Amino acid sequence: MAYEGGGDRGKAERFRSAALPYLDDVYTLARYLLRNAADAEDAAQECYLRAFRHFETFHGGPIKPWLLAILRNVCRAEYARRGALAGVQDLADAEQAVDGLWNEGGQSPETETLQKLDGETMQRLITQLPDTFREAIVLREINDLSYREIADVAGVPVGTVMSRLARARALLRAAWRAEETRS
Amino acid sequence: MTCDEAEVMLHALIDDELDAGHARDVEAHAAQCGRCAAQLAAYRDLHHSLQGGNLRYMAPPSLRRNIDRAVPSPAMTSRRTLLKGFAAGSLMSAAAAASVGLVIVREDRDQRILGEAISAHLRSLQADHLTDVLSTDQHTVKPWFNGRIDLAPPVIDLTGQGFTLVGGRLDFIDGKPVAAIVYRRRVHVINLFVSQGLGPALPAPKTEIVQGFNIRRWSEGGLNLLAVSDLNSEELEEFGTKFEQATGAARVG
Repeated sequence: MAYEGGGDRGKAERFRSAALPYLDDVYTLARYLLRNAADAEDAAQECYLRAFRHFETFHGGPIKPWLLAILRNVCRAEYARRGALAGVQDLADAEQAVDGLWNEGGQSPETETLQKLDGETMQRLITQLPDTFREAIVLREINDLSYREIADVAGVPVGTVMSRLARARALLRAAWRAEETRS
Repeated sequence: MTCDEAEVMLHALIDDELDAGHARDVEAHAAQCGRCAAQLAAYRDLHHSLQGGNLRYMAPPSLRRNIDRAVPSPAMTSRRTLLKGFAAGSLMSAAAAASVGLVIVREDRDQRILGEAISAHLRSLQADHLTDVLSTDQHTVKPWFNGRIDLAPPVIDLTGQGFTLVGGRLDFIDGKPVAAIVYRRRVHVINLFVSQGLGPALPAPKTEIVQGFNIRRWSEGGLNLLAVSDLNSEELEEFGTKFEQATGAARVG
């Protein structure tokens, strides 16, 4: 494609200064969603190309959630391509199916604090969460989005975001404790 | 507040997503419930570990390069054009930048108001806090707001038109107190937020869909009104029209 004229160049410059600062955010979410460095790189690149192509449709406000929503769509397409067993698209199933997948150790966390785990171990535990919950907790704790922004990215009501986060944290905590007893 | 409610709400407390009233409710519950207090402490601990855990990934240089190559770069602009445009551009761009800033800030605020209206609507459904004053009588609901908020919200009984008045409540949007008047249509709840200065006065009603909720905004009598509901857009429009007709009639009559 050839970009001629000041309009396109102006667009490119605006896009660069607005969107490029969030490349690490986009790549981070891609890593967690796709669980694979090479696929994440492809997805992040595709996300930026799409975002640039549709930059006219972006109407102000924070750009990070907009980029992450595009990235999420790219990842969904990738899930479909992989023919994944439980893609982000199987939300309802995923939410039903996790019961019993994890040993939640009697449901109620005790008061003692968790041992510190190194970053890599934490990343691995998050990566092992089921799709919907992994997505919610990464958007909140790592991409630092508000509930409303997460709701927009995931296309669900804020109430659903809240319950997914509660579930995600319960699962992660259980996995954390399991990791402690293992080590 | 029950333990079941607190179990979900405590996450919103940790994430700083609750208004002062609901935050107090969760904290009050935790203060007298050992199990929920333990949960709150445990999840706070987890939250802090994640926040401080350095769990981000850095985009590899190859990714940056590929995106750089795909998006036309400013480097393509020749130096000569840059210089030529500079003198004329600097004056223009200051004005342009200022106006862009203004628009972005305004849209941002607009989005925030819509978002907060929806959050307030959702909270009213979830936390069993739909109404502070529960009455189908407009002559009970309207005076209830006296002294609680510095405006007299139009409270109209539309039961005859198929929208049952349920009651009223004080809520907060964009950091300002607003009157929430609650109506029901079949199983659907309509929150009608009334305030002064929630965005600019609208010359004509504005309907939009945000996060799957229908929103109708309009202005009358120096007040801004915002109705939010999961009701379909036609019926919400009908609600708005009936409401406007009724307040218009009340003013004339």
